[in-house]
Amino acid sequence: MNIEAKPRSPELSVEDPFAAAFAEEDVRGRSLWVDAWHRLLKNRAAVVSGVIMAIMLLMVVVGPMVLPWEGDFTDWDNTSSPPSLETKHWFGTDAVGRDILVRTLEGGRISLLVGLVATLVSLVIGVTYGAIAGYYGGMTDRVMMRVVDIVYALPFMFFVILLMVVFGRNIVLIFVAIGAVNWLDMARIVRGQTLSLKNTEFIEAARACGVDHHSIIRRHIVPNLLGVVMVYVTLTIPQVILVESFLSFLGLGVQEPMSSWGALVNDGAQDMESAPWTLVFPAAFLTVTLYCFNYIGDGMRDALDPKDHL
Amino acid sequence: MTPSIPKLLLICGALSSLTACGDRESDFGRPLERRSQPVELVLLEDGRPDPEVLAVDQFIRRGNGEEPETLDPHLAEGVSAAHILRDLFEGLTTESSEGEINPGAALRWNISRDARTYTFYLRRDLTWSNGEPLNAEDFVFSLRRVLSPETASSTSRTLLPILNAREVLAGELPVEDLGIALLDEFTLQITLTGPTPYFLGLLASPVAFPVNRGNLEELGDQFSRSGQLVSNGAYILQEWVPRVRIDLRKNPEYREAGQILIDRVSYIPTEDRATEIKQFRAGELDWTYEVPNNQFKWLQRYYPEELVVSPWMGSYFFGFNLTQEPFIDNPSLRMALSLAVDREIITDKVTQFGEQPSFSLVPPGIDGYVPFAPEYADWTQEEREHESRRLYEQAGYSDEWPLRVEIRYNTGDNHKKIALAVASMWKQILGVNATLVNEEFRVFLQNRKQKLITQVFRVGWISDYNDPYSFLELFLTGNGQNDYGYSNSTFDALLEEVGLERVRARRERLMFEAERVLMSDHVIIPIYTYVTKRLVNPHLRGWQSNVMDTHPTRYMFKLKARENPSGEGASQ
Amino acid sequence: MRQEGLLRHAAVRLLGLIPTLLVLITIAFFLIRMAPGGPFDGEKVLPPEIRANLDANYHLDEPLLQQYFRYLGQIITGDFGPSFQYKDWTVNELIAQGFPVSATVGGLAMLLAFVLGTLIGTVAALRQNTAVDYSVMGVAMLGISIPNFVVAPLLILGLAVYAGWLPAGGWDWSWQRMILPVITLALPAIAYIARLTRGSMIEVLHSNYIRTARAKGLPESLVIRRHAFKPAILPVISYMGPATAALITGSVVVERIYSIPGLGSYFVQGALNRDYTLVMGVVVFYGVVIVVLNFIVDLLYAWLNPRIRYSEAP
Repeated sequence: MNIEAKPRSPELSVEDPFAAAFAEEDVRGRSLWVDAWHRLLKNRAAVVSGVIMAIMLLMVVVGPMVLPWEGDFTDWDNTSSPPSLETKHWFGTDAVGRDILVRTLEGGRISLLVGLVATLVSLVIGVTYGAIAGYYGGMTDRVMMRVVDIVYALPFMFFVILLMVVFGRNIVLIFVAIGAVNWLDMARIVRGQTLSLKNTEFIEAARACGVDHHSIIRRHIVPNLLGVVMVYVTLTIPQVILVESFLSFLGLGVQEPMSSWGALVNDGAQDMESAPWTLVFPAAFLTVTLYCFNYIGDGMRDALDPKDHL
Repeated sequence: MTPSIPKLLLICGALSSLTACGDRESDFGRPLERRSQPVELVLLEDGRPDPEVLAVDQFIRRGNGEEPETLDPHLAEGVSAAHILRDLFEGLTTESSEGEINPGAALRWNISRDARTYTFYLRRDLTWSNGEPLNAEDFVFSLRRVLSPETASSTSRTLLPILNAREVLAGELPVEDLGIALLDEFTLQITLTGPTPYFLGLLASPVAFPVNRGNLEELGDQFSRSGQLVSNGAYILQEWVPRVRIDLRKNPEYREAGQILIDRVSYIPTEDRATEIKQFRAGELDWTYEVPNNQFKWLQRYYPEELVVSPWMGSYFFGFNLTQEPFIDNPSLRMALSLAVDREIITDKVTQFGEQPSFSLVPPGIDGYVPFAPEYADWTQEEREHESRRLYEQAGYSDEWPLRVEIRYNTGDNHKKIALAVASMWKQILGVNATLVNEEFRVFLQNRKQKLITQVFRVGWISDYNDPYSFLELFLTGNGQNDYGYSNSTFDALLEEVGLERVRARRERLMFEAERVLMSDHVIIPIYTYVTKRLVNPHLRGWQSNVMDTHPTRYMFKLKARENPSGEGASQ
Repeated sequence: MRQEGLLRHAAVRLLGLIPTLLVLITIAFFLIRMAPGGPFDGEKVLPPEIRANLDANYHLDEPLLQQYFRYLGQIITGDFGPSFQYKDWTVNELIAQGFPVSATVGGLAMLLAFVLGTLIGTVAALRQNTAVDYSVMGVAMLGISIPNFVVAPLLILGLAVYAGWLPAGGWDWSWQRMILPVITLALPAIAYIARLTRGSMIEVLHSNYIRTARAKGLPESLVIRRHAFKPAILPVISYMGPATAALITGSVVVERIYSIPGLGSYFVQGALNRDYTLVMGVVVFYGVVIVVLNFIVDLLYAWLNPRIRYSEAP
């Protein structure tokens, strides 16, 4: 059977004799999510991580508003000073006397924002693209994957450096750059999974029933990809936060006085022996966050695995 | 089963060790092999070190920053290449260990009364490292090669004082018309466009080194590779493993080969300063190219004998774009911003390495020149801030109408910190709303040059030659380096006079006057004058700190270690 | 039937390399030229006469399109031209010197990561949600929870500066100098592979055919090795194509911190120095490597997963 030879089915219409079957699918789909949520709540590591992340989010949002220091205030009497209760710099200060605690919390806002937004961008593009390519196969797949290959073959660093160089430091650009690279991974993995899914019995069955491609992708392929995609998303958020830190390592990160955990960790790594507090605190926030995302992701993966309940 | 657990432990170990080292006296941060103490230096009657005190293996490893772009002395531009080339080659003049200009391939020279014609008398026993004799013709060939358009040498600008150099470079005249004449086999005459007191110094720089014609003609642009390069200096190129090391060994044909103590030197490129210092601490380097910023206190505490800091011939300052608002025709605002910057805080708290706070353009210590000092250099910072607020208000700004300004700098840790400090001072003292704009280096240069979007921008100028003129000429109307859009006919006229003046004292007075004019126009905010900073193995001697930061290996030697290390090395 | 399909697929992919590279070269060429500034810009501005000579020497005075076609003509013969920055070397030589170093370090790191990653992932999957699962995964996760520019200096400090067991940096092809860079590069890859393996292994272990295999009474180790492992590492194989390409063409962080003369820093240095020929050289080279590796991944995928048929569309 070659889909190229056959005109694409139009959108499912009301008259479609199989519409009833899909209504049923819908119900089952919803209960799957409710089930998943219950199972997620039973996963202790995921719940604890979720709580920590909620606290972290609260600290990052509220913290800089209630703390005694402004993020860009330079305390010339306390430059590179270690953590101390007396100076009210509980996490110490950096080389120009800025409070590390406030900087860490403000940096967290940027890091989390970059992580979430860029991942979302790559998720939406990548899953759609990969599922379509993998499902349709043939010429469509070949062309779509050729495009991916070409973009892939452009080294990420080269691409990002030039973006930063040509358009200057811009936080939106950082989202774009990172998202634009990460959807490729997502697309490839989704395509690979789709390739292995589409010849399975239940897809064949749906196709035999005359279900159109659009619906098969949406209702059968994508839900079945969720396990792998969830694992991948939880890998992507920390990855994106790390990519941002890598940009900071190259000196191409966010613009001062804005900061990010990556930028702070990079600054701290320069002085790891002479001023270890500038590394340890931001690194701890970064690491805890990355761990939490991973445990939450694990929990979601276990909870969403549809094969468990076939 | 889980082989990465040992790794985890190691990481934890390293983490715990680093958190520990900040706050207690301990062995952490103590270099391992290096804490062996050298023996006392004993000099013989002729001033040379007693062979008894020398280490058996006279081999040193010098950290050398970036990989040199080439070892062709006429094309190499970077500082790292220059360090190596000074070991490989010798020009007509050369530098002493203190950086002073001494006779090199030329034994002596005459300078004509109009200070435009130099006659060099070469040593008669010079040879190339392949044994061929070296004479004046080699220098003529080499200088012509630098200045011919086909060579496309970017450092050829150093030799622009030579008569007709500009025309030859532009292809308007043949190289034969250069002011370089071969008088006989060992005599060479160079004619200049105007008096150039620093010309002898230029001849000691790599671009004026001789290259071997046969070597070049045989191998073309590959002549400077390992095992092929023919040179005339104290060392010859033994092996060049790109981005790993460049090994030199003593040149037995060198005119003073008998005096040279270091047999082999290995130049190790390191892109990352933090890595370089770790290599030094692990005993893999005897000499670092530089040290990381911001670690002065730590280094001073753990490496007091190794840390070497000395003044350098460079100025760090911020420039104003005088062609755009808000600084066009607004000297009082410019002065207000300059006065509000507390240089002491920047050098004490931010840069930390003993940089000198600066109120003028030319750094002190250049060839006897005493830089101009404005009266506010002697004020207290409170007085400066008071005056700054007055001028700021006079320029029409206030808390309700704060100045909004962009400080532009290129990516770099130090630049970032200084820009942050300046922005913060302006905010705290004047209420100025300053935004930092960090740009990649070449973008930054282009914006600076175009003068369209820049307002305040950082500039660092390390001089090519030991003369205040190299700083002042940047501000000439239409100079390619004049990114400020500065144009003052008095200043231009004074510098023109400097170019024609032969008498040293008068020339200095003219330059002083020019600097005064420039500083009164508040074109720049001087911040500090540079220092060089590095770690040096205490066993390594024979080198001297100097403002040019030239350290040829041929003057160095290595002391042997004490048999029974005593003192702190043994007791702890 | 399947063999034939594979062959056809191989031919199509290899032929496809040519247009891919052409598009890649074009994008990269014009992207790098869009960046402000040029290779001869420095803090010290060149006099116009000298600048003109340099531009003429490197054909930068020609119209951009002419330079583009000149470059294409050159690259067809396999010549990447001379480097702007490293004047003594051609780009071909620089790649020939750098690639073996990067490929060795990156290849070893990938090997280590594959072995450890699949092992850890499988163990964790078999003991899902137990203390064993949490602890081995917790350890593996360190690799993607701490940036490698922190891990690398820590390793140097601990093992080279304080302990003195290994060199702090530099390169001479000895195993001592490879250990730390390989570990640093492998850590994140171990974490990724372990997670991917764990995820898909759990999925596979819950699948019907594994249940059937178990029901037949096959020993667990045999079930894992013979039936579960191959399908479970499919996502890992997908990941390994581009990841291997990235590792064997060098990592700028690892190369800079350990002072290793690999290819990685050319991507960054070449772009920042506007070393047009060098950056084009490494970009094209990287393109070839990644296309070839992706092709290999596809072959592996087909070999591991009999459900994929290239000969026909669904």
